[in-house]
Amino acid sequence: MLDDFFMRALLGGIGIALVSGPLGCFIVWRRMAYFGETMSHAALLGIALSLMMDLLPFWGVFAISIAIALALYGLEKLDRLSSDTLLGILSHASLSIGLISLGFMAWLRVDVMTLLFGDILSITRGDLALIWGGGVVVLGLLLLHWQSLLAATVSNDIASAEGLPTRRANLVFILLIALVIAVAMKLIGALLITSLLIIPAASARQFARSPEAMAILAAFMACLAAILGLNMSLLWDSNPGPSIVLGAFLLFLLSLAVAPLARALRTR
Amino acid sequence: MTHSDPLLAGTDISVRADGKTLLDNVSVSVSANEIVTIIGPNGGGKTTLLKALLGLLPIASGTVKRKKKLNLGYVPQKLVIDRTLPLTVKRLMQLTGRYSHDRIIAALGETGVAHKINDNIHSLSGGEMQRVLLARAIIRKPELMVLDEPVQGVDYLGEIALYQLIETIRNKYNCGILLVSHDLHMVMRASNRVICLNTHVCCSGQPTVVEQSPDYQRLFGTRGLQTMAPYGHRHGHFHDVDQEESAPLAATAGGEPHSCTADHHHHEDHEGHHHAR
Repeated sequence: MLDDFFMRALLGGIGIALVSGPLGCFIVWRRMAYFGETMSHAALLGIALSLMMDLLPFWGVFAISIAIALALYGLEKLDRLSSDTLLGILSHASLSIGLISLGFMAWLRVDVMTLLFGDILSITRGDLALIWGGGVVVLGLLLLHWQSLLAATVSNDIASAEGLPTRRANLVFILLIALVIAVAMKLIGALLITSLLIIPAASARQFARSPEAMAILAAFMACLAAILGLNMSLLWDSNPGPSIVLGAFLLFLLSLAVAPLARALRTR
Repeated sequence: MTHSDPLLAGTDISVRADGKTLLDNVSVSVSANEIVTIIGPNGGGKTTLLKALLGLLPIASGTVKRKKKLNLGYVPQKLVIDRTLPLTVKRLMQLTGRYSHDRIIAALGETGVAHKINDNIHSLSGGEMQRVLLARAIIRKPELMVLDEPVQGVDYLGEIALYQLIETIRNKYNCGILLVSHDLHMVMRASNRVICLNTHVCCSGQPTVVEQSPDYQRLFGTRGLQTMAPYGHRHGHFHDVDQEESAPLAATAGGEPHSCTADHHHHEDHEGHHHAR
């Protein structure tokens, strides 16, 4: 079964989706969409770095994403610039530096398009192992820190005052985003990763009545988006990365249309 | 009153931000069975003091001592939750601990919002939300409750009832209560100690003493004197945020420098602090 490239792509997409859905909910609840965007743009710089140092791209992306996240935390203390301005600066600066350094390495014939939009059809068994292995780690850590993370999302002050380990939970959260970006980079590319975090969560919001339900529903929506997108790309021979995002977007539109109906049924 | 070790004690706390001193050598402690109320003008550092005591913001100097494994319930001044987070009242009640349905109903019942248990928190009014937050702190059966203007947005009669409830809770659980209020008259009778804060401690002591201190009268006017009757008639309107600052302060702000010569407190070193903002 794993011999078929389409099947591998499907399994890879679903593996990422199961993780990106729940994690994306926290990004949406914490209004960190642009934060995730910045971390994933920095991934390009991570790729350049790992090529330069002859490392697996995974490690370069992981390290740079975390470095950018920590830099943001440091810079936010400056207080002079609003955080979305800072994010805008770091996001595009790291993207540009990444592109320029890739350009300098002319001896490596890197296809920038696959870095920006991913190359899901070329994933190997090794990639699959990384995606599912990483996915299990991410979901495990997320479950372990669920209560602290959720409490800190509702009110960081209440959670820390009442003795929950919020600092650790917030740090783990950053780590998990970096991990998902590093794993998903090859699949869907630096420019589109955040869409798989945010759009399914936004669709799930229309129906969910509790944070837990929203997280599970978001995972489900993200899986559907991956399946839908890959089939569209097979059908129309379109670029699979953007097709998955299109799938997620179509599901979002559908959720907007169906939600009022679902609410009407519930109140009846 | 303080024969037992305090639950939470801050000594000589100073907090600075952006080169500005927000708190200057402030000491405060709360023991079991004690209600300590912090009053003071807007920008006087009341919320900053609570946050410093709770370890929510860094202090420049001083120490904070907290009883080991202190069970604490906290009601912050305001809570903004993103609308994308679906949360029912029942789920919010279990934010930092798990409780049975009956216990949740009972806690919500005490603050008068038991019927809201299955409602989405985004559909609550400001006053209802405060009641839910107070219930959320009560359900923990805390040893210490830290309340930052817990009844804002609550209607007048509700406000009296909630302050009475706070007192009842103290009597029932023997817990300590640290309370911030900009409205002294409501909390006066129940408090064991009042601290009047305007960056530094202006005066502190028993409510009756504080109310008669010249510093208090400078900050709040003398209207407090008429309202010593329990939960008596109030002047001014609750919703008017600037009320406390406008009239009495403006009258003295430009005047002669004054020192803090409260009866049992020693802060004579402050000459001519700036209350004008």
